[in-house]
Amino acid sequence: MTGSAHAALVPHAAALASLHATGIQDAAGLLLAFPLAGAAILLLGGKRTNSWGHLVGVAMPVLAFAYAVAAFVQMLGYPAAQRSRDLVLFQFINVGRFQIPMGLRLDQLSICFVLLITGVGSLIHIFAVGYMSHDPERRRFFGYMNLFLAAMLLLVLGNNYLGLYAGWEGVGLASYLLIGFWQYKPAAAVAAKKAFVANRVGDVGLSLGIMLMFAQFGSVTFTGVFGTVHSASHGVVLAIGLLLLLGACGKSAQVPLQSWLLDAMEGPTPVSALIHAATMVTAGVYLIVRSAPIFDLSAGARIAVAIVGAVTLLWGAIIGCAKDDIKKALAGSTMSQIGYMMLAAGLGPAGYVFAIAHLLAHGFFKAGLFLGAGSIKHEMNDEVDMRRFGGIASAMPITFVTFTLGYLAIIGVPPFSGFFTKDPIIDAAFAQGGTSGALLGTAALLGAGITAFYMTRVMLMTFFGERRWDEKVHPHEAPSVMTAPMIVLAIGSVAAGGLLILANRLMNFLGPVTGVPPVLHGVWTPAGGGALALVVVGVGIAWVMYGRREVPVTAPAGSLVTVAARKDLYGDAINEGLLMRPGQWLTRLSVYFDNRGVDGLVNTVAAAFGGSSGRMRKVQTGFVRSYALSMLVGAVLLVGTFLLVRL
Amino acid sequence: MVSPAHFIALSVILFVIGAVGVLVRRNAIVVFMCVELMLNAANLAFVTFARMHGALDGQVIAFFVMVVAAAEVVVGLAILTAIFRARRSASVDDANLMKY
Repeated sequence: MTGSAHAALVPHAAALASLHATGIQDAAGLLLAFPLAGAAILLLGGKRTNSWGHLVGVAMPVLAFAYAVAAFVQMLGYPAAQRSRDLVLFQFINVGRFQIPMGLRLDQLSICFVLLITGVGSLIHIFAVGYMSHDPERRRFFGYMNLFLAAMLLLVLGNNYLGLYAGWEGVGLASYLLIGFWQYKPAAAVAAKKAFVANRVGDVGLSLGIMLMFAQFGSVTFTGVFGTVHSASHGVVLAIGLLLLLGACGKSAQVPLQSWLLDAMEGPTPVSALIHAATMVTAGVYLIVRSAPIFDLSAGARIAVAIVGAVTLLWGAIIGCAKDDIKKALAGSTMSQIGYMMLAAGLGPAGYVFAIAHLLAHGFFKAGLFLGAGSIKHEMNDEVDMRRFGGIASAMPITFVTFTLGYLAIIGVPPFSGFFTKDPIIDAAFAQGGTSGALLGTAALLGAGITAFYMTRVMLMTFFGERRWDEKVHPHEAPSVMTAPMIVLAIGSVAAGGLLILANRLMNFLGPVTGVPPVLHGVWTPAGGGALALVVVGVGIAWVMYGRREVPVTAPAGSLVTVAARKDLYGDAINEGLLMRPGQWLTRLSVYFDNRGVDGLVNTVAAAFGGSSGRMRKVQTGFVRSYALSMLVGAVLLVGTFLLVRL
Repeated sequence: MVSPAHFIALSVILFVIGAVGVLVRRNAIVVFMCVELMLNAANLAFVTFARMHGALDGQVIAFFVMVVAAAEVVVGLAILTAIFRARRSASVDDANLMKY
């Protein structure tokens, strides 16, 4: 194991020596500038941009995508060892020996994300033109979306942790603004606040990690940190790894900071598709994979990442099984799929490539599924309860077909993309060996079966069976501005996995940055076969429960597990019991101590002086003769004392 | 023969009479007179000791005390007159407004 980890360090060493960007890549600042300009025009321009604002909002991501493709083509022209290119935009911090240039790094890893973010982002922006067409605040919506894109691109392009952190906070802000976009709905406002607070916990972890890096290595650039991290003590590396993991847990909705993602579905559906499925929530996976040289040195941090991933993949999947709200079912699924990515990232070089492969494939099929859900919601008068759907297949055929392709991709039916990207993760988990490998592998395997169950449930409840709608709704197929992005994403769902995994394309491409798995397996593995068998079982159970029987419009009471899953496995209750209530007790205790202890001491001293002086004051009677008497007594005492001392 | 002890004894007696008078009498005029008595008792002691030691210091101080006493009486009687005008009383116990 140590041997393979050591071997994986060699490619990193190659990646350390970044070359300067030239040619088209020299203008990589444009990637940030396009969406940032869009956000500035739309948000500062105000109402006068209402009529054409959405066109600007769509044009900017498309331009950024076009530029990203050009930069990608240029990168492919370089030999593998020279594909990592840096460029400096300006000097960000210049204080003594603390030098942070605002630098960007275009390498194999960041270009994958840039293409995903701008590509899927453009499609979702186009979809949103139709989806938000009736919203009077559509311009503001596009402004926020462009702001998100700029922050997300900064997150993945920064060549130092501080730039990454700036982007990290930027996407948090955009996420907050967009979840609470319909802020007149109390649920949306609360959900936005909850997401912000939960993310803040994670952000504290990330910022502490960065501070620790600076304290230990005197640098926060990727080159500086990764170049010196091997000289740090084991405890420090573990601490940095765990702090980064905490940050990743917050942003990627992993246990124990998972509770915000389900509520985040209060935001408009394009937001759920772009931010809370395809891109932002995968930032945690990016952070782990980008910090590979740190995690490679600490088996403890790696196993923590893998455990978080395994727990979350089951956690999210179980929640997804019980939700009747189609968006929340998909949100549980997102949580679960990111759990897979985290699990893979926790396996070290054996899993990094598969984490990114699954991330890219997931970006396509999950965005497609969310857009499908959005399209249905749009046509069903904002109804999201699947118990009120049923039989939509015939009413919305294009949505049905694209959703089905996404469905087949996520449950991992060959030859759709989930099959190619999920099975290697399960396989790599088992291949890690030992008890941990067996446990992680079993969790991933079980997750595959549960995924098949809940996604089949969603399909059956939404598209098949009796029509359980109100008489008032008449769903038709969405306009082509909405269906076109869905079709493109569906094509991606079908093809992405095979394209990335077959012939080891992504592995050969990413290898110089992330290292390559020490042992390679073919496409067909025993673990993959087991996963397929479980998928069949999951689909079968779902068909027996929701396909053969009629779905009741009101939810049945359900078993204990169902009730727990409907309540997000008591995630909120755990937070409340573990954090909120003790927090309240702590504040009450502090207030009590402050009032009685600190203030009490000060007040007691003051009261003692006040009281005694009040009594002493009574001596001043106003009678001259009593003063004379006291003077006499004093004089006698003085004289008496002198006499006594003298004698 | 009259020894210094006799003068000192007279001085003590005068001082005690004055002190008791200050403490027990209410009439401000009488209190003043008792204060003068105490001052003069002190003067007598000063002069006695000056004589005993054959030095002039004590006699000089006696003159200072007399000057101060005269000045004090001037101010004191003026205050007394003002109080009497305002309160129709020369009793020191009636002038008790300055208190807690």
